[in-house]
Amino acid sequence: MSTRSIVPFGPQHPVLPEPIHLDLVLEDEKVVEAVPSIGFVHRGLEKLVEKKDFQEYVYVAERICGICSFMHGMGYCEAVEHIMGIEIPPRAKYLRTIWCEMSRIHSHMLWLGLLADAFGFESLFMQSWRIREKILDMFEYSTGGRVIFSVNKIGGQRKDMDGDMLKQFMEVLSGIEAETKVIAKTFLGDKAVNSRLRGVGFLTKQQAHDLGAVGPFMRASGIALDNRKLGYAAYPDIDFEPVTSEIGDCYARCDVRIREIFQSIDIIRQAAAKIPEGEVAVPVKGLPDGEYMMRVEQPRGEAIYYVKANGTKFLDRVRVRTPTFANLPGMLETLKGCDFADVPILILTIDPCISCTER
Amino acid sequence: MGFMNFTKTVITNLFHKPVTTAYPFEPEAYPERTRGKVGIAIEQCIFCGMCGRKCPTGAIRVDRAEKRWTIERFGCIQCGSCVENCPKKCLFMMQNYPQPAADKYEESFVQPPAPATEEAPKKEETKGKVD
Repeated sequence: MSTRSIVPFGPQHPVLPEPIHLDLVLEDEKVVEAVPSIGFVHRGLEKLVEKKDFQEYVYVAERICGICSFMHGMGYCEAVEHIMGIEIPPRAKYLRTIWCEMSRIHSHMLWLGLLADAFGFESLFMQSWRIREKILDMFEYSTGGRVIFSVNKIGGQRKDMDGDMLKQFMEVLSGIEAETKVIAKTFLGDKAVNSRLRGVGFLTKQQAHDLGAVGPFMRASGIALDNRKLGYAAYPDIDFEPVTSEIGDCYARCDVRIREIFQSIDIIRQAAAKIPEGEVAVPVKGLPDGEYMMRVEQPRGEAIYYVKANGTKFLDRVRVRTPTFANLPGMLETLKGCDFADVPILILTIDPCISCTER
Repeated sequence: MGFMNFTKTVITNLFHKPVTTAYPFEPEAYPERTRGKVGIAIEQCIFCGMCGRKCPTGAIRVDRAEKRWTIERFGCIQCGSCVENCPKKCLFMMQNYPQPAADKYEESFVQPPAPATEEAPKKEETKGKVD
C-alpha cells in the first residue's frame, strides 16, 4: 500500500488568485481527498445592512465582488423592487441586460486569462486580458467606473446610454468578437492546451445535479439550466438558449465559457437593437416591508439574494448565496482521483471567487 | 486539434505597437463620465448639508456656521450620490483620481465672505489622521 501524505494548498498560492485553503490527501501523486477551509477574507457585509439605509446598501452590495459587482448590485435592487412593488422603466431593464452581459464577457475573459496562466501559457493570458481591457474601457465610458460601477439604484439606473454610445459599443464588440475567435482557436484547438484540459476533472450530469453545481460548471456537465430564463431584467424579450456541453471535463468548461462570450455579444446586440426610449428610473416612495428571494445568473452561476424588510429604512436581513459556494462540493468531487499537478487547473475551472463567498 | 494556432497572434504582436500606454509619461485620457474625485464650487454652496446626509460613507461634513465644506478623501467611494443630490449643482465629479498618500487626509473648502470677489476660493488643506 502506498503511503498517504497531506499537502497544504493555499490560501496563498502562485496560481490561486483567491484565498482558499485545501488539505490535499495524496496517495503517491493521486489526490484521494481534499478538505477545504474558507474564512480568510470575511468582511461582514451582510451585517452592515443593519447600519445602512436600504438605498445606501446598494453601494455595499456591489462591493461584495469585484468582478460581478454590477450583478450583485442589480440582484439586491431587483429584490427590494419586488418587495416594494416597483416596476422599473423598460429602458432601465434593457440597460441592466446590456451591463450584465458586458460583465459576463469581462468575467469570462478574466477567467480564460487565469486558466492560461494556470497551465503556464503566459502570452495567451496576456492576450485574453488585452481583450478584456476593451470591456473595462466600455464600462468606464458608460458608467464612470472600471470595477465598481455605481449605476444601479432602487427604481432603475443612474446613468443612461445614448444612441451614439451604443453604436460605438457595437463596433467595439465586433472587434472583441473577431479577436476572441482568434484566441478561442488556441484554447480549444491547441495540442498543448488540450493535453492539460481534456479528460481532466470529470463531473457527470448526475453528480452535478446531486451536488448542486451551478453556472458554467453545471452546464458543462449537460444540465441546461440558466437563471436568465427566469425573466428578470429584459431577458424575456431576448432570444437565447443556455450553452451546454455533454462532456463534463475541464475542456468542456472552457468551451462553454468561450461560447457564452459569443452568446453575450449576441444578447447585447439584440438588446441594443430593441432598447426602447424613455426614462431610466422611477422615484421611490415609501419603505419596504416583506421578504423576497431573488435569483440571478452571474458569470459564475446562480446567485441568491434573500432580503427581509420590516417597514423601516433599515432592513432586517440580507443573505447572499454566491455561486462559488454552491460549486465547492462539486469541485471537491472532481478533485478525487486527479493528479496532483492538475489541482490548480481543477480549482480554476469552477471560477472560484472566494471573496464574494465569504463577504 | 492542431499545431501553430497561436502563430498568427505572435506574428501580429511582433509588428504591432504596444497596446499599453506609457503612463505617467503619456497623459491618460479619461472619459467624461469617469468618477475620479468630488470637487466643489464653494462660492455657490448654500451649506444645506444634503451631500453629507446622502453620503453612504459619511465622508462629507458641512459646517453652516463656519461656511466650511470638508471631505475625507479616503472615506469617499466616488459613488456620485452627493453630486446627484446637490440642489445647487455646485458639486461635480472630476476625472482625475485622488493622489496617493501615506496618511488619510481631509480637504476643507471655506466660502469667502460676501460680497464674493473674483478671486479663487480659499482652500485649506489639513493633513492629519482621521479616525
